[in-house]
Amino acid sequence: MTPTAALDVAGLAKTYAGHGEPVEAVRDLTFRLDKGELVCIVGPSGAGKTTLLRCVAGLLETTGGRISLDGAPVTGPPAGMAVVFQEYGRSLFPWLTVRRNVELPLREKGLSRAERTAKVDAALDSVGLRDSADAHPWQLSGGMQQRVAIARAVAYEPSVLLMDEPFAAVDAQTRADLEDLVRRLWRRLGVTVLFVTHDIDEAVYLGERVLVLSNRPTVVLEDVRIDLPDDRDQLATRSAPRFAELRSHVYGLIQLAKQGHRPDTA
Amino acid sequence: MTTAPALTAAPGAGRWRRPALGLLGAVVEALPRLAIVDERFLPPFSTMARALKGQLAVAEFWTALGQTLRGWALGLAIAMLAGIAAGVVIGSVPALRAVTASTIEFLRPIPSVALIPLVVLVYGSRPQSALVLVVYAAFWQVLVQVLYGVADVDPVIRDTARSYRFSRWAVVRTVVWPTAMPYVVTGFRLAAAVALILEITAELIIGVPGLGRSIGVAQSSGAVAQTYALVIVVGLVGVAVNASARSVERRALRWHTSVRRDL
Amino acid sequence: MIRRALVALGLPAVLIVLWWLLSANSTSFFWPPLSDIVAAFPRTWTADPIRNDVLPSLARLAAGYLTALVAGVAAGTAIGSSRTLRSLAEPALEFLRAVPPPVLIPVIALFAGYTGWTAKVIAIALGCVWPILLNTVEGVRSLDEVLRDTARSYRLGRSATLRHVVLRGSSPLIATGARQALSIGVILMVVSELFGANRGLGAAIVQFQRGFAIPQMWTGIVLLGLLGVTLSGLFRLVEHRYLAWYRGLRQAERGV
Repeated sequence: MTPTAALDVAGLAKTYAGHGEPVEAVRDLTFRLDKGELVCIVGPSGAGKTTLLRCVAGLLETTGGRISLDGAPVTGPPAGMAVVFQEYGRSLFPWLTVRRNVELPLREKGLSRAERTAKVDAALDSVGLRDSADAHPWQLSGGMQQRVAIARAVAYEPSVLLMDEPFAAVDAQTRADLEDLVRRLWRRLGVTVLFVTHDIDEAVYLGERVLVLSNRPTVVLEDVRIDLPDDRDQLATRSAPRFAELRSHVYGLIQLAKQGHRPDTA
Repeated sequence: MTTAPALTAAPGAGRWRRPALGLLGAVVEALPRLAIVDERFLPPFSTMARALKGQLAVAEFWTALGQTLRGWALGLAIAMLAGIAAGVVIGSVPALRAVTASTIEFLRPIPSVALIPLVVLVYGSRPQSALVLVVYAAFWQVLVQVLYGVADVDPVIRDTARSYRFSRWAVVRTVVWPTAMPYVVTGFRLAAAVALILEITAELIIGVPGLGRSIGVAQSSGAVAQTYALVIVVGLVGVAVNASARSVERRALRWHTSVRRDL
Repeated sequence: MIRRALVALGLPAVLIVLWWLLSANSTSFFWPPLSDIVAAFPRTWTADPIRNDVLPSLARLAAGYLTALVAGVAAGTAIGSSRTLRSLAEPALEFLRAVPPPVLIPVIALFAGYTGWTAKVIAIALGCVWPILLNTVEGVRSLDEVLRDTARSYRLGRSATLRHVVLRGSSPLIATGARQALSIGVILMVVSELFGANRGLGAAIVQFQRGFAIPQMWTGIVLLGLLGVTLSGLFRLVEHRYLAWYRGLRQAERGV
């Protein structure tokens, strides 16, 4: 029943040394993502979601525990991983066109020009931005810029895709479109997705599982299985009774987390 | 939104300041001592320091320092006044701005040292020679910044002032000046540095009395350690000019942002 | 289009005409009629002084300036990328930058004399290097953290990160430094020729002044002015091309 774990996080801990008191941001986080899963992480503000994601991405050194991607330990940014950052405006290279932004990591992988062009075109097609290939990122709206960042991640063909509150800074309409885009790409490409968000609705709507984090120092409060049908629809899914149940369950957990509730004190 | 604590926390740069400067001194001490560089060209740091100490006891040194600072300050003050006045007038009148734009763009890059032969003919090695060069070079720095500043005035605020029938002078005082202030201060910082360069250049080349001339005299009379000592003094004057200009700028910018927030 | 040309050329034309008219009957020794200056120009700047004074001056400027550009960007990138290096180098850089560059000429003369090419090129390079270096340090240091993370997470190699991320990202500030350095370079090109017995554009102008060849001296001043304007125009052309993205970005940010 259990396929290979795409991402395995065991006992992850991170304490910032700092100048004064050391700050314990993450304490003993354990979870695993099976191949092809879409898992969302929610937690109260200041739960260390970004710290967790930066550790998983290999951008931040951990102070304890293990992270492995496809069985190999993560010590730096691993090859099979792509990250979509929240700050879309700051993660795209403003001096490169959309096409060159998507292409740059592929050049570094050593792909031939023809392969690169094909992959870039396909990726831009899949996010509906073929026509903007020669524009610069700053000429596009926020939602379109985040699509470029997604296209860059898709073209990179990672086995695990990390998304750090990618839609926190776009308007509600665009956000719904982008959520559906992520679901669509995930189902088509079979990629494993770890999606960090502070939005409970978004987490329940997108995920197959939702990991609810405690407040700092962070541990997993509960692993909620989202038993909604695979075909999700902004209108139908969000008005389904089961959606409302799951949503209020997660909401309740977040409230508990905010009050400092922890699993060992349950 | 979760925020990771800043990883690039500001390091205690001040902690390194002393050892770093000490290192520079040690290198300058070691190069001639180890005969890597000829001592006649680069005396050890301790010799320079002794020469510098000797200078401090000489009246001519203090006179020269005073002359340099006076020339610098006077030229900078004139350039500031002229630059601000011209900038506010030109910047506030769109037609004037359009007509003068190309002329300013043309005159600004003319190197001020091109005027050296002219001022030598007219003033010889009197302080006026240095003054003309300093004012010419510093003026453009101020003018251009003031023009940027005046252009930055929020049109909505300007229109508001107009609709309340503010007088022209009141608009300049209450709207244009506060907006342009930070730019003026940036202009001041740039102009202060350029003015010092031109003051020293005039002293060195034309023989206008001041530290620059002292350097030239020391060098040509073979007083190598003294030459370096004076160059160090000029550098320290430059550091002081930069540091004070930047602290003025910081204060003005802080004032500016707080004003902005209140609007 | 015609209107814009009129606005741009109007005032300069008026000023030149005024200069011409006001100086027409000038008997002042220092301020010869503009017509005399114009007449003296082709007689003064013939092939020989252009080949032996103007071009060598420009070549020294180019050599010194380009050396400073390469050295300044290289050292600035290294210092900007390393916090330790930065805190070690900063106090010394603060000092070296504050030394008015012309005083370096007598110091360099201790080693290399006044008249050789080396001394002048070194003087120009040493004067130009500080604004470039310090702005590069600032540009590299202030590079967006998210861009760095992006480059790391997509495993861009050292050289690709340097070329496509670090240098491109710092290029607006590098350009600012390079622009400041250019005007310092022109100053030093002239000043470095004013010591001892020298040749070059600056030296030639001072020779005219010493020989009281006043209209010729004026042609030299005009030539230097034209040179300054041309160099700054060329610089803007290059900047316009390479920093088009930066202008667009700034405009987009301001539009929000």
